[in-house]
Amino acid sequence: MGVVMLNFVSRRVFFAIVTLLVVSAVVFAIFSLLPFDPAALTCGQHCTDQIIAANRIKLGFDKPLYIQYFLFLGGIFLGRSYGTGSAAFSCPAPSFGYSYNENACVTDLLREALPVTVSLALGALIIWLIVGVSLGIIAARFKNKWPDRVGSVFVLLGTSLPTFVTGLALLIWVTIKWKLVPLSLIGYTPITENPYKFFQFFILPWITLAIAYAALYTRFTRAAVLETLGEDYIRTARAKGVKERTVLFKHTMRAVFAPIITLAGLDFAGLIGGAIITETIFNLPGLGRLTLRSTYEFDLPIVLSTTILAAAVVIIMNLVIDMLYAVLDPRVRI
Amino acid sequence: MAELLKISDLHVAFPTDDGLVRAVDGVSLTLNEGETVAIVGESGSGKTVSGLSVMGLHKKGAAQLSGSILLKDGDRNIDIVTATDEEIRLLRGRAVAMIFQDPMSSLHPYYRVGNQLAEGYLVHNPGKKKEARQRAIEMLDLVGISEPAQRADEYPHQFSGGMRQRVMIAMALMNSPRILIADEPTTALDVTVQAQILILLASLQKEFNMGILLITHDLGVVAQVADRVSVMYGGRIVEQGSADDVFYKPKAPYTLGLLKSVPRISTHGSDRLKAIPGQPPSLINLPTGCAFAPRCEFASHAAGDICANDRPELLGTNPNHLSRCHVDEAVRDKLFVTELKEVRS
Repeated sequence: MGVVMLNFVSRRVFFAIVTLLVVSAVVFAIFSLLPFDPAALTCGQHCTDQIIAANRIKLGFDKPLYIQYFLFLGGIFLGRSYGTGSAAFSCPAPSFGYSYNENACVTDLLREALPVTVSLALGALIIWLIVGVSLGIIAARFKNKWPDRVGSVFVLLGTSLPTFVTGLALLIWVTIKWKLVPLSLIGYTPITENPYKFFQFFILPWITLAIAYAALYTRFTRAAVLETLGEDYIRTARAKGVKERTVLFKHTMRAVFAPIITLAGLDFAGLIGGAIITETIFNLPGLGRLTLRSTYEFDLPIVLSTTILAAAVVIIMNLVIDMLYAVLDPRVRI
Repeated sequence: MAELLKISDLHVAFPTDDGLVRAVDGVSLTLNEGETVAIVGESGSGKTVSGLSVMGLHKKGAAQLSGSILLKDGDRNIDIVTATDEEIRLLRGRAVAMIFQDPMSSLHPYYRVGNQLAEGYLVHNPGKKKEARQRAIEMLDLVGISEPAQRADEYPHQFSGGMRQRVMIAMALMNSPRILIADEPTTALDVTVQAQILILLASLQKEFNMGILLITHDLGVVAQVADRVSVMYGGRIVEQGSADDVFYKPKAPYTLGLLKSVPRISTHGSDRLKAIPGQPPSLINLPTGCAFAPRCEFASHAAGDICANDRPELLGTNPNHLSRCHVDEAVRDKLFVTELKEVRS
């Protein structure tokens, strides 16, 4: 099994790298073909042609596109330096370029934004998994009875209310009217520094995101549980005299578990790419807000990096899920 | 011979949006120890529903049961129809076990075979993990699986269809039940494997002195193993008797039709298969008269429109060989003998 597994993983890693190269090339091409001059964006109102020309050379925008692309790729592994003499500066590896707007290496910006987004996505994931899966099980267990109907109302509300509505509603009532949570002007605090402040900061964004996803997971879990309960092997379990509770929580959930993990992995990966609306509403300095702001400002290095990062997370998550599946489902053991 | 199971006037109905589906409509039968009783009928005749009723596997609320299913558990007789869920659960797998038609889908794909077997033992003998494992390996060995200790650690997908059905049988025997309900145990299997499974069941029956309720549509299987036969049509038993009687002296027109429709390798191979004309009845709107009347070629031998208007009772001059038909029994005997001769020549 070991050798085959290694073979499988190395093949998948190879394809993941190829996919990332293609994605990065496409994003690079799209932004490079847009009708604006990246060098012109590097200075404000008091700009002269000389400064622009100098910046163009300094940032490498004078070189042919494919060279720029390879410089970008090279930077990831080797780091990059810009300019010469006393004005020279460098972004150490892994470098995703330099943002003139922010006056910072993109890697540093990502390093600041990523923990915020990961905290947001991970916290929301935990909440929506607990809420969604439990409600789904309850709805399936009491199919067509009142718990199921209450569940379907929740599903309907959760899926139809946009996050900017639930998010704003939470802000208005919980923070401003009831003052249960302070307005998050304090800024982001890592959990390692002050867990209490961390939770205060994230609780509303988590709930906002979780409501939407929990509704989807309720619906998904309910359907999956009901389908599994109709399987022949569940009838076999009952025929053995297994308790109904064990039938539900052991035999049924074991089969429902794998698809939920898949879904959760993909949704989590998608959120790393940017929970743009939630981050904007709650003023979270995460990847989504960074992407949004850089897109407005045509800040190519940042947009390029966040896009590639999002793609990388999705690809890696897919790989992880496939490998997890091999562990979860004995039929796909490799 | 002790009576293990006595089903009396069992009715099972399922309310649906289209109306009440009367899947089982007044079935009575008995099963003694060491005996094989077959329920024969086509799809939708109510035979599987009857089997599931004995296991108490119908959902509360989804099925309406009436009548009685007396099941012998030690010195007690428990009526499945009125027993509580918990009482029935404690009988399942211990006093009565069931094997199902499709061994491919009847085993949990995510659990090791040995653990699935052991679970059946542990349910009724909590905490005895070592014993359960030991018993699982013993049973796998008993049903003819070689290297049972190793195979117990494998997953169902690593077994062939025939082997999986052996596993299902082993699982059913974990607690040495007195009654085994076998719902089409060989239908999903190759013909050669079918024979092996039937022989296995017969030898295990002797060893455990079990009563087997064999549910099947395969008359060949019935002929091989059954002691007594109940033929079902439209949720009712239309003929009941010893296997020999039902096969050689059928009394219900439907049984005759079934026997005639069995394909034979005969000298005149160009003969078309003799299917029963028409379709089985809808269980929502059963005909007011005999359910088989619209397809029956002997209806003209009965008086007037009685077949279309009156439901025949399960009767017979021989109390051990009953049938439902308005045509005079003596007339039927004569007619059927010539028909059968024609087919079996």
